[in-house]
Amino acid sequence: MDWNLIFTRAIEAGIGTEAVIYALAAIGLNIHFGYTGLLNFGQAGFVAVGAYGLATMIATFGLPFWVGVLTGIAGAVVFALLLGIPTLRLRADYLAIVTIAAAEIVRLVVRSIALQGTFGGTDGLEAFSDGFYSMNPYGPGEYGIGPIGFDNRTMWVLTVGWVLVAVFCVLVYLAMNSPWGRVLKAIREDEDAVRSLGKNVFSYKMQALVFGGVVGAFAGFLFALSRAATQPDLFSTELTFYAYTVLILGGAARVLGPVIGAALFWLLLILVKTGMEEAVNHQVITFISVNQVGAINYMLVGLGLVLLLIFRPQGILGDKREIALDAR
Amino acid sequence: MRSAVIAFTAFLGGLILFLAAPTAWADGEALKGTLQNQGQPVSGVKISAVTDSNAPVGDATSDAKGEWSIAVPKPGTYKVTLDAKTLPSGVALKFKDRSSLTLQVYEGNVRNVLFPLVSAGAANQGGGQGADTNTDTVWDELAQLLFDGLALGLIIALGALGISLIFGTTGLTNFAHGELLTIGAFIAYVFNTAGLHLLIAAPLAVIVAAGFGYGQERFFWGPLRRRKTGLVSMMIISIGLAIFLRYLLLFIFKGENLPYEQYVAQDGIQLGPISTTPKGLVAMGVEIVVLILVGLALMFTRLGKATRAVSDNPALAASSGINVDRIIRIVWAAGTAVAGLAGVLLGTTQILNYQMGQQVLLLMFAGVTLGGLGTAFGALVGSLVVGIFVQVSTLWIPPELKTVGALVVLILVLLVRPQGILGRRERIG
Repeated sequence: MDWNLIFTRAIEAGIGTEAVIYALAAIGLNIHFGYTGLLNFGQAGFVAVGAYGLATMIATFGLPFWVGVLTGIAGAVVFALLLGIPTLRLRADYLAIVTIAAAEIVRLVVRSIALQGTFGGTDGLEAFSDGFYSMNPYGPGEYGIGPIGFDNRTMWVLTVGWVLVAVFCVLVYLAMNSPWGRVLKAIREDEDAVRSLGKNVFSYKMQALVFGGVVGAFAGFLFALSRAATQPDLFSTELTFYAYTVLILGGAARVLGPVIGAALFWLLLILVKTGMEEAVNHQVITFISVNQVGAINYMLVGLGLVLLLIFRPQGILGDKREIALDAR
Repeated sequence: MRSAVIAFTAFLGGLILFLAAPTAWADGEALKGTLQNQGQPVSGVKISAVTDSNAPVGDATSDAKGEWSIAVPKPGTYKVTLDAKTLPSGVALKFKDRSSLTLQVYEGNVRNVLFPLVSAGAANQGGGQGADTNTDTVWDELAQLLFDGLALGLIIALGALGISLIFGTTGLTNFAHGELLTIGAFIAYVFNTAGLHLLIAAPLAVIVAAGFGYGQERFFWGPLRRRKTGLVSMMIISIGLAIFLRYLLLFIFKGENLPYEQYVAQDGIQLGPISTTPKGLVAMGVEIVVLILVGLALMFTRLGKATRAVSDNPALAASSGINVDRIIRIVWAAGTAVAGLAGVLLGTTQILNYQMGQQVLLLMFAGVTLGGLGTAFGALVGSLVVGIFVQVSTLWIPPELKTVGALVVLILVLLVRPQGILGRRERIG
């Protein structure tokens, strides 16, 4: 077995594009779920709105890159408002069902044949990333330390991505240590108490939903740009649930929880996957085929999520008392 | 090597959410697809591919499962053509001008190619989707859609009943309920392929499903509740469980579309303006009988009354001498059994796939929420409304968007009447 290959791939995944995308998606979720206690199961919808806002403006309407970015952000704000108005007054389980439904609505609409001219149907959109890569300061070639390395395009995505992660972490830190953030945390702990102090709970929840949704849209930008294509089925509900796994693994209601969670999630996922593939290829494990490794990997994700919530709901960094697991 | 690693990581990102295409794990680039007409595989259809400079790449013929694939030498643009002359009689391309598709295949990508098919002759007589049936009135079409909607609504209702009863008695919103349908369907498949006729395999599967539900409550959810696990926590645990079970099924059954051994293809029958199949009618009959039986049991038996009492107020029920834990276990067993039955019936009318339950989960939630969370009869009414709405809405909106319509209505109803049709105001808290 090629241990070098296994560890190289795992470390590359831990700092790679997927880790950045999930870190951003989970930072958004952290604002919703970790700090405000909103059980948003529709983060995939925000990511999709970001990705498609960017891709549609550039690929379909031929507008410049920055218009695409602004459209994605505006789309996420509008989506948050549309989602928040009917649901933010409802109990946690209603909110969960409605947000998951809304995310599916987004996915089904962008993949529909009726709107293929705009969103590209099930094939999605491509040819929108030139504006982004034309800003690439890295010349062609490979960049890396030792065996770990990326090409110039991936380097550019990763640079932008990790800078964004850092910026949003600072923003979340500042926001959550401000009076505004304390109101959010108070809403998570006891909504009625906050209301009795004269705060407009609905409005605060809405602001949190918008903030986290916009961060999710940035995850969508990177998702689309890193692949130079968007496909609707990338934004299924599983994206949301993996983002939850990332968040809970790292620790909800902690600034760095989503970041550590995302890096560790992808590192472990690829470590186990590549390890199993190598073991199968070298006849160390003989009772499964390479094709089944993927299934086992995601079984482990599900199992991991269950075990985390049962035995360590606060994840690596969190504090058990700070997590809204009994919200009604 | 370096670029292979990068391609691999990029490819992985696609894999995670693209598992609907299980053969995408195969090495190298390829084109593939599955030809289906109304959920039934279409075999013997010739498909060929050429490069963008018209050099032939290969051709394939769809097999018994309707699947075909053509390996391509390198990433690039390919033109895929379906030979319409080789389609079986009665099956036609949905979009006649789209028998040739030009597609991009990326490095390491197995590109799924979709050729939507429709029934050319048979369905048009009553279905009215064809262009050459001008004699069809909108009423005939409406009748057919109402019938289809009822069929869908009944399946949803069977699943939603379990969700609603479990929510009512334990407060858990079970996101793994879709997988309970899938598991029921696959247990029946195991018995069926072991040599038992489906009519024997199905009841056996329902019994095994009931045992699975009982065990799940006895050894998993029950202990969790005694640990005072929060409801939101349990909701996310149910998501983890759903992912685990879904990929367990993928692991065991390899993500193929599997049919039962009996009742796969049946000749349609015509009832006035409605065209259906005998198996469809039998499935609806079974669903109606089961729903009525469950309804009567809830209304008139001691157990049913106890269940409703626990739903209403577990503490009060316990203090009046009802064994709450026992009731919850029975509810889990019954709810899983009914969900398993729904899975088997869904499997006879479409085809078995590890995602079949997940695909109706949101419709079941819509039914439950529309009817009022925690009310068994609300779930029934809500599900029928959702089923009928989904089908009838295709009169005005494209069929691919019919689920969107139902979900939008769900959100709108929550705006106006958050407690649902039969729910009580206090429940939304």
